[in-house]
Amino acid sequence: MNELRRALLKGGTAAGTVAVAIAAGLMRPSQVLAAEWNKAAFDAKSVSDALKGIGAASPADSKDILIKAPDIAENGAVVPVEVTSRIAGTQTIAIIAEKNPQPLAASFDLSNGAEGYVHVRLKMGQSSNVKVVVNAGGKHYTAAKEVKVTIGGCGG
Amino acid sequence: MAEPMKIRAQLQGDVVDVKVLMNHPMETGQRKDPQTNQTVPAHFIQTVTATLNGRQVLAAQWSQAVSKNPFLGFKVKGGKAGDKLVISWADNKGDKNTTEATVSG
Amino acid sequence: MSLTRREFLQILAAAAAAGLPLTDKHALAAKPEAGFYDLTRFGNLRLLHFTDCHAQLLPVYFREPSVNIGVGGAVGRPPHLVGEALLKAFRIRSGSPEAHAFTYLNFEKAARTYGKVGGFAHLATLVKQLRAGHPGTLLLDGGDTWQGSATSLWTKGQDMVEACKLLGVEAMTAHWEFTYGGEWVKQVVDTDLKGKVDFLAQNVKTTDFGDPVFAPYVLRELNGVPVAIIGQAFPYTPIANPRYMVPDWSFGIQDDNLQKIVNEVRAKGAQVVVLLSHNGMDVDLKLATRVTGIDAILGGHTHDGVPQPTLVKNAGGQTLVTNAGSNGKFLAVLDLEVRAGKLAGYRYRLLPVFSNLLAPDPAMADLIRKVRAPFEDRLNEKLAVTEGLLYRRGNFNGTFDQLILDAMLEVKGAQIAFSPGFRWGTTLLPGEAITMERLMDQTAITYPYSTLNELTGTQIKDILEDVGDNLFNPDPYLQQGGDMVRVGGLTYTCSPFETIGRRISNMRLDGKPIDPDRKYKVAGWAPVAEGASGEPIWEVVARYLRDRKVITPRKLNLPRLNGMRDNPGMA
Repeated sequence: MNELRRALLKGGTAAGTVAVAIAAGLMRPSQVLAAEWNKAAFDAKSVSDALKGIGAASPADSKDILIKAPDIAENGAVVPVEVTSRIAGTQTIAIIAEKNPQPLAASFDLSNGAEGYVHVRLKMGQSSNVKVVVNAGGKHYTAAKEVKVTIGGCGG
Repeated sequence: MAEPMKIRAQLQGDVVDVKVLMNHPMETGQRKDPQTNQTVPAHFIQTVTATLNGRQVLAAQWSQAVSKNPFLGFKVKGGKAGDKLVISWADNKGDKNTTEATVSG
Repeated sequence: MSLTRREFLQILAAAAAAGLPLTDKHALAAKPEAGFYDLTRFGNLRLLHFTDCHAQLLPVYFREPSVNIGVGGAVGRPPHLVGEALLKAFRIRSGSPEAHAFTYLNFEKAARTYGKVGGFAHLATLVKQLRAGHPGTLLLDGGDTWQGSATSLWTKGQDMVEACKLLGVEAMTAHWEFTYGGEWVKQVVDTDLKGKVDFLAQNVKTTDFGDPVFAPYVLRELNGVPVAIIGQAFPYTPIANPRYMVPDWSFGIQDDNLQKIVNEVRAKGAQVVVLLSHNGMDVDLKLATRVTGIDAILGGHTHDGVPQPTLVKNAGGQTLVTNAGSNGKFLAVLDLEVRAGKLAGYRYRLLPVFSNLLAPDPAMADLIRKVRAPFEDRLNEKLAVTEGLLYRRGNFNGTFDQLILDAMLEVKGAQIAFSPGFRWGTTLLPGEAITMERLMDQTAITYPYSTLNELTGTQIKDILEDVGDNLFNPDPYLQQGGDMVRVGGLTYTCSPFETIGRRISNMRLDGKPIDPDRKYKVAGWAPVAEGASGEPIWEVVARYLRDRKVITPRKLNLPRLNGMRDNPGMA
């Protein structure tokens, strides 16, 4: 499958390759492959470089992006982040843990009825903003929520 | 080949609520093995796709910051009981996994 | 020597007859009510609530804090009032029994006059009396019930489970219960409590697919009125206590899920909605502004004995927020008047349980005797005698914690000692014996390991900053409800109104500044990390006590505080 994908992504003859693949029974017509992993964006060491990497250099603040994440993480290695975008035509949701060594954590392309909603669990080494960037119709929107990562103990 | 994913796909109204648990170490490439003191090489899922009845609904790209044994939740409008859901992932070492599930009412 | 019940009543009657407060000689003033516990009936349903009893089956002494600082919006508001400021805010007369119950003022003298508080046999008598006075009554337990005493630790909370069943608890939520392990709790809930006590927690979910672990609520009809009780377990259990105790569960405040549950029970016809909460009072006060449709939050965790509810307005109306103290010292009575399907009025009393005023319930007394019998010798071992008052509560330190710190420094050969800012633990009066039982009141946990580590100055500061932020972050949702870690050896300055990283300064050891890069020998106990080990803290302290035999009054090591002048949360 990897070879097929490389062929698809590299070739100027991509359309033709798909047609061949379908004809050969390798792919069902509606099956689509994952986008190539965005190395530049995921390797970025700063939030601004990560934003550039996903083509969203200066997103606009939005109140229609709801981020549900714990105020205090139960475990910095497993921080649930639930994003709901109420922005019409939400196509992509990207999640950035601002203080991680490589801030961009995940990006989701949504299509064919998928709602503006994703839920993942992330590693966070320290207290940090979780920033979400939504692409809707080529425009970028953002919101953030702070998650505290603590040593623990001593309660109650 | 890794273990199959655990998938729960439940219809709520006309929205399919999907929850997936994957089995993967999600090594960051920064952790040291406490026994050997050697850095454990990065090993993490990079791409995830989901199709519902053969149509792609989600294509994700992940970094090593996604937690070990990843969880993924998403919702698809316009589904019905019996619809077929297929989730696939591929990691940076070329390992892959594909698991199917049926939407329950 | 405390008064007998008859003497107590005679003094009350004499004072009432004279119409004057008694002199300070008795530390007791007029309480011109004939029967301290005779409550006039109000409304058509009655909720009885106790919380954070910390497994104290027998009467104890318990001193309220003299330092309970509020930050942000909490300055000068309940529960952050102590001593005279509290009396003034709630119009409680100085020198009255209530003044003794709700404050630390004149503690030793007043405690000798009024005697011990709580005890399940006395509580049982009071519960029976209050049930008899009202046709629609429900008894609720806010949690931290199975932990805090020797017998609870040695029976894995089984002594308390039996006592609560006999007491007639109808619903409970939890926190320290989880430190016996999630599986154990589930087993007790599914067997011992089944069909008797509803164990409620809307905010505990599985870590795989987020399924509920416990029933979120129970619907009961009281005197013809449908009432919903929703449970809220301590949201930060896996952070404040070891994560490995509850590896498969996730907690958190979950106020959006709570809103869904409130809407659900309202849709099912509940005319009164109550949240039985272990959030802590500051968290509850914030939650009440965000979640609508709750009539009352009966709260615990922060051990605040607050005489009257705080009324919080929100988009849907208003919510009463209470906190009912700790260690079995209080029983809250919330009488509600429901008319035409809606709450029309309320009366609230936080009754101090003065053991000398209440005859012990024979059946409960018998149960307590039985559960203690196998352990009596160990419980009663006399380790030392204290010359000073020993207590724990307070934001920065307590004399019993100082004793634990002193013991750790010596026995462990440490330069610095840390002791967790727990809020449970009973009080000893000067001249009392420190028995094994009293020592266990301060230390009885399932992860009691004492430790000795080498930490750099930077690491020590990070720990103090981290704990300080759990206590003094102005956003209540970021507070965990414990007190500041108690510190031995090291002196420091604390600025509660600063932000994390800037609260702790001027750290010194023997007068010399702490070097950020140098390593220091630091003793501690109650590590939350998995795989920790070490001699149980009670063994460490017991050795120190047996050696000393007589414990002189402790000198508290307290931080110098910045910005706290005139804070009504400090005496």
